[in-house]
Amino acid sequence: MAIEARNVTKRFGDFVALDDVSIEVESGSLTALLGPSGSGKSTLLRVIAGLERADAGDVFISGKEATALAPQKRGVGFVFQHYAPFKHMTVWDNVAFGLSIRKRPKAEIAKRVGELLELVQLAGLGKRYPSQLSGGQRQRMALARALAPEPEVLLLDEPFGALDARVRVELREWLLRLHHEMHVTTIFVTHDQEEALELADSIVVMNRGRVEQIAPPRELYDLPANEFVMSFVGPVNKLGDAWVRPHDIELGHEPNGSTREAQIERVVRLGFETRVDLVRDDGERLHVQLTRDEADELELDSGDIVYVRTRRERVF
Amino acid sequence: MTGRRVIRLGSLAYLALILVAPVGLIFWRAFEHGWHPFWAAISNHDAVHALKLTLEVTLVAVPLNTVFGVLCGLAIVRHRFPGMGLVNALVDLPMALSPVVVGMALYLLYGRQGWFGPWLSGHGVRVLFAYPGILLATMFVSLPFVVREVVPVLREIGIEQEEAAATLGARAFTTFRRITLPAIRWSLAYGVVLTTARCLGEFGAVAIVSGGIAGRTQTLTQYVQASYENFDQTGAYAASVLLAALAILTLILMTKLKPREEVHGNRGA
Repeated sequence: MAIEARNVTKRFGDFVALDDVSIEVESGSLTALLGPSGSGKSTLLRVIAGLERADAGDVFISGKEATALAPQKRGVGFVFQHYAPFKHMTVWDNVAFGLSIRKRPKAEIAKRVGELLELVQLAGLGKRYPSQLSGGQRQRMALARALAPEPEVLLLDEPFGALDARVRVELREWLLRLHHEMHVTTIFVTHDQEEALELADSIVVMNRGRVEQIAPPRELYDLPANEFVMSFVGPVNKLGDAWVRPHDIELGHEPNGSTREAQIERVVRLGFETRVDLVRDDGERLHVQLTRDEADELELDSGDIVYVRTRRERVF
Repeated sequence: MTGRRVIRLGSLAYLALILVAPVGLIFWRAFEHGWHPFWAAISNHDAVHALKLTLEVTLVAVPLNTVFGVLCGLAIVRHRFPGMGLVNALVDLPMALSPVVVGMALYLLYGRQGWFGPWLSGHGVRVLFAYPGILLATMFVSLPFVVREVVPVLREIGIEQEEAAATLGARAFTTFRRITLPAIRWSLAYGVVLTTARCLGEFGAVAIVSGGIAGRTQTLTQYVQASYENFDQTGAYAASVLLAALAILTLILMTKLKPREEVHGNRGA
Protein backbone atom coordinates (compact mmCIF):
# COMPACT_ATOMS: atom_id res chain seq x y z
CA MET A 1 0.00 0.00 0.00
CA ALA A 2 1.37 3.42 -0.90
CA ILE A 3 -0.88 5.29 1.51
CA GLU A 4 -2.89 4.08 4.43
CA ALA A 5 -4.98 6.03 6.90
CA ARG A 6 -6.15 4.06 9.91
CA ASN A 7 -9.04 5.20 12.13
CA VAL A 8 -8.24 8.88 11.61
CA THR A 9 -10.31 11.38 13.57
CA LYS A 10 -9.97 15.15 13.32
CA ARG A 11 -12.02 17.81 15.06
CA PHE A 12 -12.07 21.57 14.60
CA GLY A 13 -13.63 22.77 17.85
CA ASP A 14 -17.02 21.06 17.97
CA PHE A 15 -17.02 20.19 14.30
CA VAL A 16 -15.97 16.62 13.53
CA ALA A 17 -14.20 16.85 10.18
CA LEU A 18 -13.04 13.23 10.10
CA ASP A 19 -14.78 10.53 12.09
CA ASP A 20 -12.81 7.27 12.34
CA VAL A 21 -11.78 7.25 8.68
CA SER A 22 -9.75 4.39 7.22
CA ILE A 23 -8.60 4.16 3.61
CA GLU A 24 -5.96 2.26 1.68
CA VAL A 25 -4.49 3.51 -1.56
CA GLU A 26 -2.67 1.14 -3.85
CA SER A 27 0.75 2.02 -5.15
CA GLY A 28 0.63 3.65 -8.59
CA SER A 29 -3.13 4.17 -8.50
CA LEU A 30 -5.19 7.27 -9.16
CA THR A 31 -7.71 7.63 -6.35
CA ALA A 32 -10.49 10.17 -5.96
CA LEU A 33 -11.83 11.47 -2.66
CA LEU A 34 -15.39 12.37 -3.62
CA GLY A 35 -17.94 14.11 -1.47
CA PRO A 36 -19.97 17.26 -0.93
CA SER A 37 -18.33 20.28 0.69
CA GLY A 38 -17.78 19.76 4.39
CA SER A 39 -17.53 16.00 3.97
CA GLY A 40 -13.94 15.94 5.21
CA LYS A 41 -12.22 15.05 1.93
CA SER A 42 -9.82 18.02 1.91
CA THR A 43 -9.07 17.52 5.61
CA LEU A 44 -8.17 13.88 4.95
CA LEU A 45 -5.82 14.99 2.16
CA ARG A 46 -4.20 17.54 4.47
CA VAL A 47 -3.79 14.95 7.22
CA ILE A 48 -2.04 12.66 4.74
CA ALA A 49 0.25 15.54 3.72
CA GLY A 50 0.96 16.42 7.35
CA LEU A 51 -0.56 19.91 7.03
CA GLU A 52 -3.10 18.92 9.69
CA ARG A 53 -2.35 16.74 12.68
CA ALA A 54 -4.99 14.04 13.31
CA ASP A 55 -6.49 13.92 16.80
CA ALA A 56 -6.47 10.12 16.63
CA GLY A 57 -5.46 7.42 14.19
CA ASP A 58 -2.37 6.68 12.11
CA VAL A 59 -1.06 7.51 8.66
CA PHE A 60 1.36 5.30 6.71
CA ILE A 61 3.17 6.41 3.56
CA SER A 62 5.00 3.75 1.54
CA GLY A 63 4.68 1.38 4.49
CA LYS A 64 6.36 3.80 6.91
CA GLU A 65 4.59 5.28 9.90
CA ALA A 66 4.13 8.98 9.11
CA THR A 67 1.58 10.07 11.72
CA ALA A 68 3.93 12.38 13.62
CA LEU A 69 6.18 13.25 10.68
CA ALA A 70 6.47 16.90 9.57
CA PRO A 71 5.20 17.62 6.04
CA GLN A 72 8.81 18.31 4.94
CA LYS A 73 9.76 14.69 5.61
CA ARG A 74 6.82 12.86 4.07
CA GLY A 75 7.95 12.81 0.45
CA VAL A 76 4.58 14.14 -0.61
CA GLY A 77 3.81 16.53 -3.45
CA PHE A 78 0.80 18.74 -2.84
CA VAL A 79 -1.13 20.86 -5.32
CA PHE A 80 -3.37 23.38 -3.62
CA GLN A 81 -6.83 24.30 -4.82
CA HIS A 82 -5.72 27.80 -5.73
CA TYR A 83 -2.22 26.52 -6.59
CA ALA A 84 -0.44 28.67 -3.96
CA PRO A 85 2.11 29.95 -6.49
CA PHE A 86 5.13 31.77 -5.05
CA LYS A 87 4.09 35.12 -6.46
CA HIS A 88 7.46 36.81 -6.19
CA MET A 89 9.27 34.06 -8.10
CA THR A 90 9.32 33.25 -11.80
CA VAL A 91 7.75 30.07 -13.09
CA TRP A 92 11.22 28.58 -13.38
CA ASP A 93 12.12 29.44 -9.76
CA ASN A 94 8.79 28.12 -8.54
CA VAL A 95 9.47 24.73 -10.11
CA ALA A 96 13.12 24.76 -8.99
CA PHE A 97 12.23 25.58 -5.36
CA GLY A 98 12.03 22.01 -4.04
CA LEU A 99 15.39 21.20 -5.64
CA SER A 100 17.28 24.37 -4.76
CA ILE A 101 16.45 24.07 -1.04
CA ARG A 102 17.91 20.56 -1.24
CA LYS A 103 21.10 22.16 -2.55
CA ARG A 104 21.18 20.03 -5.69
CA PRO A 105 23.88 20.97 -8.21
CA LYS A 106 22.88 23.83 -10.54
CA ALA A 107 23.21 21.77 -13.69
CA GLU A 108 20.99 19.03 -12.33
CA ILE A 109 18.33 21.55 -11.29
CA ALA A 110 18.40 23.22 -14.68
CA LYS A 111 18.00 19.89 -16.45
CA ARG A 112 15.12 18.69 -14.28
CA VAL A 113 13.23 22.01 -14.34
CA GLY A 114 13.61 22.12 -18.11
CA GLU A 115 12.20 18.60 -18.42
CA LEU A 116 9.30 19.34 -16.10
CA LEU A 117 8.34 22.56 -17.87
CA GLU A 118 8.39 20.57 -21.11
CA LEU A 119 6.20 17.92 -19.52
CA VAL A 120 3.58 20.41 -18.32
CA GLN A 121 3.72 22.32 -21.62
CA LEU A 122 5.17 25.49 -20.12
CA ALA A 123 8.55 25.42 -21.86
CA GLY A 124 9.41 28.98 -22.86
CA LEU A 125 7.30 30.50 -20.06
CA GLY A 126 9.96 30.00 -17.38
CA LYS A 127 10.75 33.71 -17.08
CA ARG A 128 7.13 34.73 -16.50
CA TYR A 129 5.61 35.40 -13.12
CA PRO A 130 2.60 33.38 -11.93
CA SER A 131 0.34 36.42 -12.30
CA GLN A 132 1.13 36.43 -16.03
CA LEU A 133 -0.22 32.90 -16.50
CA SER A 134 -3.76 31.69 -17.17
CA GLY A 135 -5.52 29.54 -14.59
CA GLY A 136 -4.73 26.33 -16.43
CA GLN A 137 -1.06 27.27 -16.85
CA ARG A 138 -0.79 28.17 -13.20
CA GLN A 139 -2.24 24.80 -12.30
CA ARG A 140 0.30 22.99 -14.47
CA MET A 141 3.09 25.05 -12.94
CA ALA A 142 1.92 24.00 -9.47
CA LEU A 143 1.93 20.40 -10.65
CA ALA A 144 5.47 20.66 -12.03
CA ARG A 145 6.60 22.28 -8.78
CA ALA A 146 5.09 19.45 -6.74
CA LEU A 147 6.66 16.80 -9.00
CA ALA A 148 10.16 18.32 -9.00
CA PRO A 149 11.48 16.68 -5.80
CA GLU A 150 10.19 13.31 -7.11
CA PRO A 151 7.58 12.67 -4.44
CA GLU A 152 6.37 9.15 -3.75
CA VAL A 153 2.85 10.44 -3.51
CA LEU A 154 1.01 13.26 -5.27
CA LEU A 155 -1.94 14.92 -3.56
CA LEU A 156 -4.25 17.28 -5.47
CA ASP A 157 -6.87 19.38 -3.68
CA GLU A 158 -9.78 20.15 -6.02
CA PRO A 159 -7.33 20.36 -8.94
CA PHE A 160 -9.89 21.55 -11.48
CA GLY A 161 -12.20 23.46 -9.17
CA ALA A 162 -11.09 26.97 -10.09
CA LEU A 163 -11.02 26.50 -13.88
CA ASP A 164 -13.67 27.11 -16.49
CA ALA A 165 -15.47 24.13 -17.98
CA ARG A 166 -13.54 23.74 -21.24
CA VAL A 167 -10.07 24.02 -19.65
CA ARG A 168 -11.21 21.60 -16.99
CA VAL A 169 -12.03 18.88 -19.51
CA GLU A 170 -8.69 19.40 -21.34
CA LEU A 171 -6.71 19.26 -18.12
CA ARG A 172 -8.49 16.12 -17.01
CA GLU A 173 -7.39 14.24 -20.09
CA TRP A 174 -3.92 15.68 -19.77
CA LEU A 175 -3.65 14.63 -16.11
CA LEU A 176 -4.76 11.13 -17.00
CA ARG A 177 -2.03 10.85 -19.67
CA LEU A 178 0.51 12.26 -17.25
CA HIS A 179 -0.47 9.73 -14.62
CA HIS A 180 -0.06 6.87 -17.08
CA GLU A 181 3.43 8.13 -17.93
CA MET A 182 4.64 8.86 -14.40
CA HIS A 183 2.89 6.22 -12.26
CA VAL A 184 3.13 8.35 -9.14
CA THR A 185 0.51 7.29 -6.62
CA THR A 186 -2.03 10.08 -6.81
CA ILE A 187 -4.99 11.12 -4.68
CA PHE A 188 -7.23 13.96 -5.78
CA VAL A 189 -10.13 15.62 -4.03
CA THR A 190 -13.25 16.52 -5.96
CA HIS A 191 -16.93 17.23 -5.45
CA ASP A 192 -17.65 16.46 -9.12
CA GLN A 193 -18.81 12.85 -9.55
CA GLU A 194 -18.20 12.94 -13.29
CA GLU A 195 -14.57 13.94 -12.73
CA ALA A 196 -14.12 11.11 -10.24
CA LEU A 197 -15.78 8.54 -12.51
CA GLU A 198 -13.71 9.62 -15.52
CA LEU A 199 -10.28 9.77 -13.90
CA ALA A 200 -10.04 7.50 -10.90
CA ASP A 201 -9.18 3.80 -10.62
CA SER A 202 -10.75 3.86 -7.22
CA ILE A 203 -13.20 6.27 -5.60
CA VAL A 204 -13.60 6.98 -1.90
CA VAL A 205 -17.02 8.51 -1.28
CA MET A 206 -17.12 10.66 1.84
CA ASN A 207 -19.98 12.27 3.69
CA ARG A 208 -20.01 14.12 7.03
CA GLY A 209 -16.52 13.01 7.95
CA ARG A 210 -17.12 9.34 7.24
CA VAL A 211 -16.30 6.99 4.37
CA GLU A 212 -19.50 5.79 2.72
CA GLN A 213 -17.96 3.45 0.14
CA ILE A 214 -14.65 2.65 -1.54
CA ALA A 215 -14.96 1.07 -4.98
CA PRO A 216 -13.87 1.29 -8.61
CA PRO A 217 -16.04 3.70 -10.67
CA ARG A 218 -18.20 1.06 -12.37
CA GLU A 219 -18.99 -0.77 -9.14
CA LEU A 220 -19.74 2.49 -7.39
CA TYR A 221 -22.25 3.46 -10.05
CA ASP A 222 -23.88 0.05 -10.44
CA LEU A 223 -23.74 -1.20 -6.86
CA PRO A 224 -23.85 1.83 -4.55
CA ALA A 225 -23.62 0.80 -0.92
CA ASN A 226 -26.33 3.08 0.35
CA GLU A 227 -28.77 5.85 -0.48
CA PHE A 228 -26.16 8.58 -0.11
CA VAL A 229 -23.80 7.03 -2.64
CA MET A 230 -26.68 6.25 -4.98
CA SER A 231 -27.88 9.84 -4.93
CA PHE A 232 -24.44 11.47 -4.96
CA VAL A 233 -22.86 9.45 -7.76
CA GLY A 234 -25.07 10.34 -10.68
CA PRO A 235 -28.65 11.60 -10.99
CA VAL A 236 -31.44 9.56 -9.44
CA ASN A 237 -35.23 9.32 -9.00
CA LYS A 238 -36.81 8.18 -5.79
CA LEU A 239 -40.08 6.26 -6.25
CA GLY A 240 -41.43 5.09 -2.94
CA ASP A 241 -38.63 2.98 -1.44
CA ALA A 242 -36.93 2.38 -4.78
CA TRP A 243 -34.12 4.40 -6.41
CA VAL A 244 -33.98 4.56 -10.19
CA ARG A 245 -31.41 6.16 -12.50
CA PRO A 246 -32.98 8.43 -15.18
CA HIS A 247 -31.61 6.23 -17.98
CA ASP A 248 -33.17 3.10 -16.44
CA ILE A 249 -36.68 4.29 -17.24
CA GLU A 250 -38.58 3.35 -20.43
CA LEU A 251 -41.38 5.41 -21.95
CA GLY A 252 -44.13 4.15 -24.26
CA HIS A 253 -47.43 5.27 -25.73
CA GLU A 254 -49.32 2.07 -24.80
CA PRO A 255 -49.89 0.79 -21.27
CA ASN A 256 -49.07 -2.80 -20.35
CA GLY A 257 -49.33 -4.62 -17.05
CA SER A 258 -46.31 -3.08 -15.34
CA THR A 259 -46.49 0.53 -16.53
CA ARG A 260 -47.70 3.68 -14.79
CA GLU A 261 -49.31 6.67 -16.43
CA ALA A 262 -47.50 10.00 -16.40
CA GLN A 263 -47.76 13.42 -18.01
CA ILE A 264 -44.82 15.13 -19.70
CA GLU A 265 -43.96 18.52 -18.21
CA ARG A 266 -40.91 19.43 -20.21
CA VAL A 267 -38.63 18.04 -22.90
CA VAL A 268 -35.04 19.30 -23.07
CA ARG A 269 -32.84 18.37 -26.00
CA LEU A 270 -29.09 18.43 -25.21
CA GLY A 271 -27.43 17.13 -28.35
CA PHE A 272 -27.16 13.38 -28.05
CA GLU A 273 -29.23 13.28 -24.88
CA THR A 274 -32.86 14.21 -24.33
CA ARG A 275 -34.17 14.86 -20.83
CA VAL A 276 -37.85 14.46 -20.05
CA ASP A 277 -39.50 15.70 -16.85
CA LEU A 278 -42.68 13.81 -15.94
CA VAL A 279 -45.38 13.83 -13.26
CA ARG A 280 -46.85 10.42 -12.45
CA ASP A 281 -50.59 9.91 -11.81
CA ASP A 282 -49.83 9.71 -8.07
CA GLY A 283 -48.07 13.09 -8.19
CA GLU A 284 -44.45 11.77 -8.03
CA ARG A 285 -41.99 13.59 -10.25
CA LEU A 286 -39.60 11.76 -12.54
CA HIS A 287 -36.56 12.70 -14.59
CA VAL A 288 -35.86 10.50 -17.57
CA GLN A 289 -32.82 10.40 -19.87
CA LEU A 290 -33.30 9.12 -23.43
CA THR A 291 -31.04 9.10 -26.45
CA ARG A 292 -32.06 11.52 -29.16
CA ASP A 293 -33.17 8.68 -31.45
CA GLU A 294 -35.38 7.14 -28.76
CA ALA A 295 -36.97 10.50 -28.07
CA ASP A 296 -37.52 11.25 -31.78
CA GLU A 297 -39.17 7.90 -32.33
CA LEU A 298 -41.65 8.55 -29.52
CA GLU A 299 -42.37 12.12 -30.73
CA LEU A 300 -42.63 13.43 -27.19
CA ASP A 301 -44.18 16.80 -26.41
CA SER A 302 -45.03 18.57 -23.19
CA GLY A 303 -48.58 17.80 -22.06
CA ASP A 304 -48.55 14.30 -23.63
CA ILE A 305 -49.55 11.29 -21.58
CA VAL A 306 -47.01 8.45 -21.63
CA TYR A 307 -46.60 5.11 -19.86
CA VAL A 308 -43.58 4.56 -17.67
CA ARG A 309 -41.71 1.37 -16.83
CA THR A 310 -38.52 1.08 -14.76
CA ARG A 311 -35.89 -1.24 -16.17
CA ARG A 312 -33.65 -1.43 -13.09
CA GLU A 313 -34.08 -0.13 -9.57
CA ARG A 314 -32.40 -0.41 -6.20
CA VAL A 315 -33.92 -0.66 -2.75
CA PHE A 316 -31.74 -0.11 0.33
CA MET B 1 -14.48 71.19 -13.34
CA THR B 2 -14.18 74.37 -11.28
CA GLY B 3 -15.26 72.43 -8.20
CA ARG B 4 -12.39 70.05 -8.76
CA ARG B 5 -10.00 72.97 -9.26
CA VAL B 6 -11.17 74.58 -6.02
CA ILE B 7 -10.53 71.33 -4.15
CA ARG B 8 -7.08 71.00 -5.70
CA LEU B 9 -6.04 74.61 -5.05
CA GLY B 10 -7.56 74.52 -1.59
CA SER B 11 -5.68 71.42 -0.53
CA LEU B 12 -2.42 72.74 -2.02
CA ALA B 13 -2.83 76.05 -0.20
CA TYR B 14 -3.56 74.23 3.03
CA LEU B 15 -0.46 72.08 2.65
CA ALA B 16 1.65 75.15 1.80
CA LEU B 17 0.39 77.06 4.81
CA ILE B 18 0.59 74.24 7.35
CA LEU B 19 3.57 72.24 6.11
CA VAL B 20 5.74 73.91 3.51
CA ALA B 21 5.90 77.45 4.89
CA PRO B 22 7.20 76.56 8.37
CA VAL B 23 9.77 74.06 7.06
CA GLY B 24 10.81 76.41 4.26
CA LEU B 25 11.18 79.23 6.73
CA ILE B 26 13.54 77.11 8.80
CA PHE B 27 15.75 76.46 5.78
CA TRP B 28 15.65 80.14 4.86
CA ARG B 29 16.57 81.33 8.36
CA ALA B 30 19.35 78.74 8.69
CA PHE B 31 21.01 79.89 5.46
CA GLU B 32 20.06 83.58 5.83
CA HIS B 33 23.66 84.62 6.38
CA GLY B 34 25.17 82.07 4.06
CA TRP B 35 26.79 78.69 4.44
CA HIS B 36 29.38 79.64 7.06
CA PRO B 37 27.25 80.38 10.12
CA PHE B 38 25.26 77.25 9.37
CA TRP B 39 28.36 75.12 9.20
CA ALA B 40 29.78 76.68 12.37
CA ALA B 41 26.54 76.03 14.20
CA ILE B 42 26.34 72.35 13.36
CA SER B 43 30.02 71.53 13.55
CA ASN B 44 30.53 72.48 17.19
CA HIS B 45 31.14 69.67 19.66
CA ASP B 46 27.70 69.53 21.25
CA ALA B 47 25.85 69.56 17.96
CA VAL B 48 27.99 66.80 16.49
CA HIS B 49 27.56 64.76 19.66
CA ALA B 50 23.80 65.23 19.58
CA LEU B 51 23.65 64.11 15.96
CA LYS B 52 25.84 61.10 16.73
CA LEU B 53 23.69 60.13 19.72
CA THR B 54 20.48 60.41 17.72
CA LEU B 55 21.93 58.26 14.93
CA GLU B 56 23.31 55.71 17.39
CA VAL B 57 19.95 55.34 19.11
CA THR B 58 18.17 55.10 15.76
CA LEU B 59 20.60 52.49 14.44
CA VAL B 60 19.92 50.23 17.43
CA ALA B 61 16.22 50.92 17.93
CA VAL B 62 15.22 50.41 14.27
CA PRO B 63 16.71 46.90 13.81
CA LEU B 64 15.38 45.75 17.18
CA ASN B 65 11.87 47.02 16.46
CA THR B 66 12.04 45.57 12.94
CA VAL B 67 12.85 42.08 14.19
CA PHE B 68 10.34 42.35 16.98
CA GLY B 69 7.74 43.81 14.61
CA VAL B 70 8.00 40.89 12.19
CA LEU B 71 7.92 38.28 14.97
CA CYS B 72 5.01 40.03 16.62
CA GLY B 73 3.16 40.32 13.30
CA LEU B 74 3.68 36.59 12.65
CA ALA B 75 2.44 35.79 16.15
CA ILE B 76 -0.69 37.92 15.72
CA VAL B 77 -1.57 36.59 12.28
CA ARG B 78 -0.36 33.00 12.25
CA HIS B 79 -0.98 31.72 15.75
CA ARG B 80 -3.88 31.59 18.10
CA PHE B 81 -2.90 32.05 21.68
CA PRO B 82 -4.62 33.28 24.82
CA GLY B 83 -4.23 37.02 25.23
CA MET B 84 -3.78 37.60 21.50
CA GLY B 85 -6.32 40.43 21.54
CA LEU B 86 -4.41 42.05 24.36
CA VAL B 87 -1.10 41.86 22.44
CA ASN B 88 -2.80 43.33 19.39
CA ALA B 89 -4.13 46.24 21.44
CA LEU B 90 -0.88 46.74 23.36
CA VAL B 91 1.06 47.22 20.14
CA ASP B 92 -1.02 50.33 19.47
CA LEU B 93 -0.42 51.78 22.93
CA PRO B 94 2.61 53.90 21.90
CA MET B 95 0.45 55.51 19.19
CA ALA B 96 -2.24 56.43 21.69
CA LEU B 97 -0.06 57.43 24.61
CA SER B 98 1.60 60.83 24.76
CA PRO B 99 5.40 60.43 24.67
CA VAL B 100 5.61 62.50 27.86
CA VAL B 101 3.60 59.83 29.67
CA VAL B 102 5.99 57.18 28.30
CA GLY B 103 8.90 59.18 29.69
CA MET B 104 7.20 59.46 33.06
CA ALA B 105 6.52 55.71 33.10
CA LEU B 106 10.17 54.94 32.40
CA TYR B 107 11.15 57.40 35.09
CA LEU B 108 8.91 55.59 37.56
CA LEU B 109 10.40 52.21 36.62
CA TYR B 110 14.07 53.10 36.48
CA GLY B 111 14.28 56.17 38.73
CA ARG B 112 16.03 56.18 42.08
CA GLN B 113 12.79 55.19 43.81
CA GLY B 114 11.51 53.10 40.88
CA TRP B 115 10.90 49.35 40.71
CA PHE B 116 14.09 48.38 38.91
CA GLY B 117 16.15 51.52 39.56
CA PRO B 118 17.76 50.62 42.91
CA TRP B 119 18.59 47.02 41.86
CA LEU B 120 20.11 48.17 38.57
CA SER B 121 22.17 50.95 40.09
CA GLY B 122 23.32 48.42 42.72
CA HIS B 123 24.77 46.46 39.77
CA GLY B 124 26.32 49.55 38.28
CA VAL B 125 23.83 49.93 35.45
CA ARG B 126 22.58 53.41 34.77
CA VAL B 127 19.39 53.71 32.76
CA LEU B 128 18.02 57.19 33.36
CA PHE B 129 20.08 60.16 32.12
CA ALA B 130 22.11 57.74 30.05
CA TYR B 131 22.08 55.94 26.70
CA PRO B 132 19.92 52.95 27.85
CA GLY B 133 17.09 55.26 28.96
CA ILE B 134 17.13 57.19 25.69
CA LEU B 135 17.13 53.92 23.75
CA LEU B 136 14.23 52.48 25.79
CA ALA B 137 12.14 55.61 25.32
CA THR B 138 12.84 55.71 21.58
CA MET B 139 12.06 52.00 21.15
CA PHE B 140 8.80 52.40 23.05
CA VAL B 141 7.44 55.20 20.89
CA SER B 142 8.59 53.67 17.58
CA LEU B 143 7.39 50.14 18.27
CA PRO B 144 4.03 49.94 16.41
CA PHE B 145 5.06 50.92 12.88
CA VAL B 146 6.57 47.69 11.55
CA VAL B 147 3.85 45.56 13.18
CA ARG B 148 1.07 47.71 11.76
CA GLU B 149 2.55 47.68 8.24
CA VAL B 150 3.31 43.96 8.19
CA VAL B 151 0.15 42.51 9.76
CA PRO B 152 -2.34 43.32 6.95
CA VAL B 153 0.04 41.97 4.31
CA LEU B 154 0.64 38.77 6.26
CA ARG B 155 -3.14 38.38 6.53
CA GLU B 156 -3.55 38.94 2.81
CA ILE B 157 -0.92 36.47 1.61
CA GLY B 158 -2.35 33.73 3.83
CA ILE B 159 -0.54 30.52 4.74
CA GLU B 160 -0.93 28.54 1.52
CA GLN B 161 2.43 29.58 0.05
CA GLU B 162 4.13 28.66 3.32
CA GLU B 163 2.34 25.32 3.40
CA ALA B 164 3.37 24.69 -0.20
CA ALA B 165 7.00 25.40 0.73
CA ALA B 166 6.71 22.97 3.64
CA THR B 167 5.41 20.14 1.43
CA LEU B 168 8.31 20.85 -0.94
CA GLY B 169 10.70 20.17 1.92
CA ALA B 170 11.52 23.67 3.20
CA ARG B 171 12.12 24.04 6.93
CA ALA B 172 10.50 26.86 8.89
CA PHE B 173 13.43 29.25 8.57
CA THR B 174 13.96 28.56 4.86
CA THR B 175 10.26 29.16 4.30
CA PHE B 176 10.46 32.44 6.19
CA ARG B 177 13.53 33.62 4.33
CA ARG B 178 12.51 32.56 0.83
CA ILE B 179 8.71 32.86 0.90
CA THR B 180 7.36 35.00 3.75
CA LEU B 181 10.03 37.70 3.84
CA PRO B 182 9.99 38.46 0.08
CA ALA B 183 6.19 38.58 0.19
CA ILE B 184 6.15 41.24 2.92
CA ARG B 185 9.30 43.09 1.86
CA TRP B 186 7.70 46.31 0.64
CA SER B 187 5.45 46.74 3.64
CA LEU B 188 8.40 45.88 5.86
CA ALA B 189 10.57 48.51 4.18
CA TYR B 190 7.79 51.05 4.56
CA GLY B 191 7.49 50.17 8.25
CA VAL B 192 11.25 50.55 8.69
CA VAL B 193 11.17 54.02 7.10
CA LEU B 194 8.34 55.13 9.36
CA THR B 195 10.13 53.71 12.41
CA THR B 196 13.32 55.53 11.44
CA ALA B 197 11.50 58.83 11.04
CA ARG B 198 9.86 58.40 14.43
CA CYS B 199 13.19 57.54 16.11
CA LEU B 200 14.96 60.57 14.62
CA GLY B 201 12.20 62.95 15.65
CA GLU B 202 11.41 61.64 19.12
CA PHE B 203 11.39 64.40 21.71
CA GLY B 204 8.86 64.11 24.53
CA ALA B 205 9.74 60.77 26.09
CA VAL B 206 13.48 61.27 25.62
CA ALA B 207 13.27 64.76 27.12
CA ILE B 208 12.16 63.25 30.43
CA VAL B 209 14.57 60.31 30.68
CA SER B 210 17.73 61.72 29.11
CA GLY B 211 18.31 64.77 31.28
CA GLY B 212 19.50 66.56 28.15
CA ILE B 213 23.06 67.13 29.29
CA ALA B 214 24.85 68.93 26.46
CA GLY B 215 27.62 66.88 24.92
CA ARG B 216 26.53 63.76 26.84
CA THR B 217 22.84 62.83 26.81
CA GLN B 218 21.46 65.45 24.48
CA THR B 219 19.77 64.20 21.29
CA LEU B 220 19.41 66.35 18.22
CA THR B 221 15.81 67.35 18.98
CA GLN B 222 16.86 68.34 22.47
CA TYR B 223 19.81 70.28 21.07
CA VAL B 224 17.35 72.29 18.97
CA GLN B 225 15.28 73.09 22.01
CA ALA B 226 18.28 73.96 24.19
CA SER B 227 19.76 76.27 21.53
CA TYR B 228 16.42 77.98 21.14
CA GLU B 229 16.08 78.53 24.88
CA ASN B 230 19.63 79.95 24.98
CA PHE B 231 18.76 82.49 22.28
CA ASP B 232 21.18 80.73 19.89
CA GLN B 233 18.80 81.03 16.99
CA THR B 234 21.28 80.15 14.27
CA GLY B 235 22.19 76.97 16.16
CA ALA B 236 18.54 76.06 16.61
CA TYR B 237 17.73 76.66 12.95
CA ALA B 238 20.82 74.83 11.74
CA ALA B 239 20.08 71.73 13.84
CA SER B 240 16.45 71.90 12.73
CA VAL B 241 17.59 71.88 9.14
CA LEU B 242 19.67 68.81 9.88
CA LEU B 243 16.63 67.03 11.36
CA ALA B 244 14.42 68.17 8.52
CA ALA B 245 17.00 66.96 5.99
CA LEU B 246 17.07 63.53 7.61
CA ALA B 247 13.25 63.47 7.62
CA ILE B 248 13.09 64.49 3.97
CA LEU B 249 15.62 61.79 3.11
CA THR B 250 13.44 59.14 4.76
CA LEU B 251 10.38 60.59 2.99
CA ILE B 252 12.14 60.30 -0.36
CA LEU B 253 12.97 56.68 0.45
CA MET B 254 9.33 56.16 1.38
CA THR B 255 7.92 57.57 -1.84
CA LYS B 256 10.45 55.54 -3.78
CA LEU B 257 9.12 52.43 -2.07
CA LYS B 258 5.44 53.20 -2.25
CA PRO B 259 4.70 53.02 -5.98
CA ARG B 260 6.68 49.80 -6.25
CA GLU B 261 4.60 48.36 -3.48
CA GLU B 262 1.44 49.30 -5.36
CA VAL B 263 2.71 47.80 -8.59
CA HIS B 264 3.54 44.67 -6.68
CA GLY B 265 0.06 44.63 -5.16
CA ASN B 266 -1.62 44.97 -8.55
CA ARG B 267 0.39 42.17 -10.02
CA GLY B 268 -0.80 39.62 -7.46
CA ALA B 269 -3.69 37.50 -8.68
